[in-house]
Amino acid sequence: MTAEMTGADILIQALNDLGVEVVFGYPGGAVLPIYDALFKQNRIRHILVRHEAGAVHAAEGYARSTGKPGVVLVTSGPGATNAVTGIADALLDSIPLVVLTGQVGTPLIGSDAFQECDTVGITRHCTKHNYLVKDPAQLGDVIHEAFHIATSGRPGPVVVDLPKDVQVASALYRKPSVQALPHKGYRPQVKADPALIEEAVAMIAAAERPILYTGGGVINSGPLASQVLRELARVTGAPVTSTLMGLGAFPASSGQWLGMLGMHGTYEANMAMNKADLIVCLGARFDDRVTGRLDAFAPHSKKIHVDIDRSSINKIVRADIGIVGDVGRAMEDMVKIWKAGQHQARNLAPWFEQIDGWRARKSLKFPASTKEIMPQLAIRKLWEATHALKPIITTEVGQHQMWAAQHFDFEGPNKWLTSGGLGTMGYGLPAAIGAQLGNPNALVIDIAGEASIQMNIQELGTATQYRLPVKVFILNNEYMGMVRQWQDLTYAGRYSQSYSDALPDFVKLAEAYGWKGVLIEKPEELEAGIAAMLEHDGPVIVDCRVAKLANCFPMIPSGAAHTDMILEADEVVGEMDDEAKALV
Amino acid sequence: MHIKQEATERHTLSVTVDNESGILARIAGLFSARGYNIDSLTVADVTEDEKISRITIVTTGTPQVIEQVVAQLDRMVPVHKVTDLTALAPHVERELALVKVVGTGDHRIEALRLAEVYRARVVDATISSFIFEVTGGTEKIDKFLELMREVGLIEVARTGVAAIGRGKEAL
Ligand SMILES: Cc1cc2nc3c(=O)[nH]c(=O)nc-3n(C[C@H](O)[C@H](O)[C@H](O)COP(=O)(O)OP(=O)(O)OC[C@H]3O[C@@H](n4cnc5c(N)ncnc54)[C@H](O)[C@@H]3O)c2cc1C
Ligand SMILES: Cc1ncc(C[n+]2csc(CCOP(=O)(O)OP(=O)(O)O)c2C)c(N)n1
Ligand SMILES: [Mg+2]
Repeated sequence: MTAEMTGADILIQALNDLGVEVVFGYPGGAVLPIYDALFKQNRIRHILVRHEAGAVHAAEGYARSTGKPGVVLVTSGPGATNAVTGIADALLDSIPLVVLTGQVGTPLIGSDAFQECDTVGITRHCTKHNYLVKDPAQLGDVIHEAFHIATSGRPGPVVVDLPKDVQVASALYRKPSVQALPHKGYRPQVKADPALIEEAVAMIAAAERPILYTGGGVINSGPLASQVLRELARVTGAPVTSTLMGLGAFPASSGQWLGMLGMHGTYEANMAMNKADLIVCLGARFDDRVTGRLDAFAPHSKKIHVDIDRSSINKIVRADIGIVGDVGRAMEDMVKIWKAGQHQARNLAPWFEQIDGWRARKSLKFPASTKEIMPQLAIRKLWEATHALKPIITTEVGQHQMWAAQHFDFEGPNKWLTSGGLGTMGYGLPAAIGAQLGNPNALVIDIAGEASIQMNIQELGTATQYRLPVKVFILNNEYMGMVRQWQDLTYAGRYSQSYSDALPDFVKLAEAYGWKGVLIEKPEELEAGIAAMLEHDGPVIVDCRVAKLANCFPMIPSGAAHTDMILEADEVVGEMDDEAKALV
Repeated sequence: MHIKQEATERHTLSVTVDNESGILARIAGLFSARGYNIDSLTVADVTEDEKISRITIVTTGTPQVIEQVVAQLDRMVPVHKVTDLTALAPHVERELALVKVVGTGDHRIEALRLAEVYRARVVDATISSFIFEVTGGTEKIDKFLELMREVGLIEVARTGVAAIGRGKEAL
């Protein structure tokens, strides 16, 4: 007979049983019993952030770069509400997180007690699932189930709200089996219907102009899925494009790679989507950044959609074949059936000829300048100096994020961490911290904008405290460039509140936190500045002053068709009608 | 600029869920968060051990929205099964209404006569009022209420729709 333990000890024991190594957190009154239990053990490492938003993004970075769930511990009230943005971010980007929040004691719930908020109510629609644990005897099961739910099926954040009295009270704990978990109705479908796979393979084999449109689901599925994707591409010979979230699943150096698709995707990727006769969507969700105007989206094609979440299928675009299941396993089955049926890749030469025609437009080219640093060039130089080291790149949100997606070529999965769905400024620095913790020997670089970086700038201290050698490479254009770009396009260049005024001296700021600061002001300083960043074995901020008014192209304006891409900078400044203004 | 409207259908869904605290907020919240309509929602536990509740939801939307509603409900952790009764097979839908009618003279007599036609039962009466209990499909009840408005209806309480598939199979 095992002895009773306190709720706090049950929690720690359950985390241990689940193999948790790192918790990102911030203490407060409602979680003091848990912090005391943490103090008395040394298996779980607690990383003290500077703001709860930082804790959640760090956990996201840890999760996305390692494939393990990220774990967060915050106090009640403001601790929980500060975590909400990161939780919503993880939901939209399908990142597995377990967020433990303190709560006032059960007798006080609902009484407007000190630091009380309805955490379960607030996070109900930005979590995959959430719990309020009222009985320490159920705590163990709930924690195990929370991890199971966060990491299985379509991954996502799970919040467990822990009243203080439950942390203190005693109960028995035993490690439950997955079958014994409370919610019997939760059984995500992993294995796809073989009949549908057969049908899909036949369709691919018959297509003249197929394209594989891959997404974050391939990354979610695990590194094996990226390998299988390469095999599927090899046997079918089809060209491959990816969403922002799927970058790295397919190597950018492959001749079948078309680059990213969508709003800031390449001309060849978007044109190929438009002219394809078959789109094979693998773990992507037809986001509006990708489809553009829906009634003009890929009008000539049949669609196969593989997704582990049934609700993703037919949500935006109707699929001719909808396949529910894990994309890695589904692709494995496809390759097997392809080989068993001795299908030969069709002669896709005419299709690739057409694609080469689009490639010849060189949609990612950018104007050269000897006076100013073109932001695209800065990314390119960063890639040249670091790609051999297989760095992990995080980003903030804005133009710099899109330039990074366009000009930094990825060869493998889990190396590209960006906030795609929610588009959360302030994601990159804490995500880099989390990634560095999960990958101590990796080179981790946050490609940042000067506005975004200020949203979680306090996390500089976290990196200093834990001696994490993360690099922050700021493309400083003194503008909220992405906002300014939309103001160029939509509001005739009326730059309402998009100038980054009163910027700090980033070099001095770095130094104030014990970081190294590097300033790059001229194109000829780029290489040396990047080298100085790489030479330093601690954390570095690079303040790279780039062309202030550069805009990010190609671009499909909101609500436009793939064929209506803007390729050149001089086509843009103008005013749009209300229909366009109503779109995001 | 005008916001576009599309043609919608009415569907009755049956959803079995774990009977746990917050479940109704979760379900109702899904509808508001995703902009789906709820025309009616009823819930009660239906198993002997009270562990499973059955929720009947009447919703309207385009066929695409209805498909999404089903898929979105189905992926919720405490949801066991979602059945679109409207799409599935013939089924029976009933709701109950309590209808208070006030009046004297001809109105009162007419109310009673109509109640008889609609098989509404009198469950309370005073010299100048009746409470009728009427059960049936939503349309029948709507029609009954429409008539009662002419003869002194002052208050209505409706249960919302409960529905079940015809035949010997269970969900
Ligand atoms: C400023 C800005 C600009 C942007 N511009 C672009 C752009 O030009 N192009 C672009 O692509 N994006 C762009 N985005 C990102 C965009 O908003 C979306 O986040 C992104 O397109 C979604 O990627 P995804 O379709 O791969 O889906 P994700 O959000 O990664 O979702 C993954 C999908 O795969 C499924 N899935 C998860 N796990 C599995 C599994 N194991 N097996 C099968 N399926 C699984 C999920 O159910 C889900 O449907 C931009 C974002 C910002 C902030
Ligand atoms: C938290 C948050 N607030 C507002 C926005 C809207 N937004 C998107 S990009 C952007 C500007 C980002 O500026 P900066 O970080 O300098 O990047 P740049 O576009 O200049 O590269 C803003 C304000 C957002 N994405 N996130
Ligand atoms: Mg900027």
